[in-house]
Amino acid sequence: MNEEYILNQNFEITGGDFSNAGKISTSIKEILREIGIDHSIIIRASIAIYEAEMNVVMYARRATLCLNINPEKLHFELKDEGPGIKNIDLAMKEGFSTATDEMREMGFGAGMGLPNIKKNADRFKITSTPGEGTALNMTFCLDKTGKK
Amino acid sequence: MTLREIKEILQAEVICGEDSLDTEITFAGGSDLMSDVLAFGKPGILLLTGLSNAQSVRTANIIDAKAIVYVRGKKPDEEGIKLAKEKGIPLLSTKLMMYATCGLLFSHGLPGVSSLSKEQQ
Repeated sequence: MNEEYILNQNFEITGGDFSNAGKISTSIKEILREIGIDHSIIIRASIAIYEAEMNVVMYARRATLCLNINPEKLHFELKDEGPGIKNIDLAMKEGFSTATDEMREMGFGAGMGLPNIKKNADRFKITSTPGEGTALNMTFCLDKTGKK
Repeated sequence: MTLREIKEILQAEVICGEDSLDTEITFAGGSDLMSDVLAFGKPGILLLTGLSNAQSVRTANIIDAKAIVYVRGKKPDEEGIKLAKEKGIPLLSTKLMMYATCGLLFSHGLPGVSSLSKEQQ
């Protein structure tokens, strides 16, 4: 473990597991609260991670979420194995969705997820290979200069 | 307005959080879509929803909602109630439909999340 990090933790998310969807985000929010991260950053990070977790549950087979916290920033890297995204520009548009009825019954699939992650993160990067999977990088700055 | 007043206005049943009815509520928002709640909700919101699975409570917890009122007589599942108790989120249920629930609270002076000024948010 890199000594620079004050926390470095991995989480596994299982695709299609609707009954447990959101549990990892709930745990991460508790971790951030216990560390004493600024409340507004906790809310932004929790929303982004919850949206990302729901995307994995809804669309992918599995994913690994790596959380790194150092004194300057929270960094989340999410890599999933799944169908990937053919057109990222389209997926980033509010309201665009390929959700099924089951996803909508859970209260999700309105096409707000990725735009909402981007809105909440200080830095956001998405890459995807159709047929293989999608990777998200989300950074939340803890120093005043990077705060939204 | 307190949760106790909201309970009276909506003739609501308390599912859990009976000891938190004196909590002050300053604004509310209604949606069955948790995607919208995550996009437009603000910490401190009173969430009005007809979505009764555990996602409603998980979403409320993520955005630091003060309480949830389920409309149309809906009640959350056991897992939702368990999480709400753990996180201290009071849950109420009213037989009123969403439109009437929002209208009644608004007419009693409880503003919507979109009415908040930038400073209040």
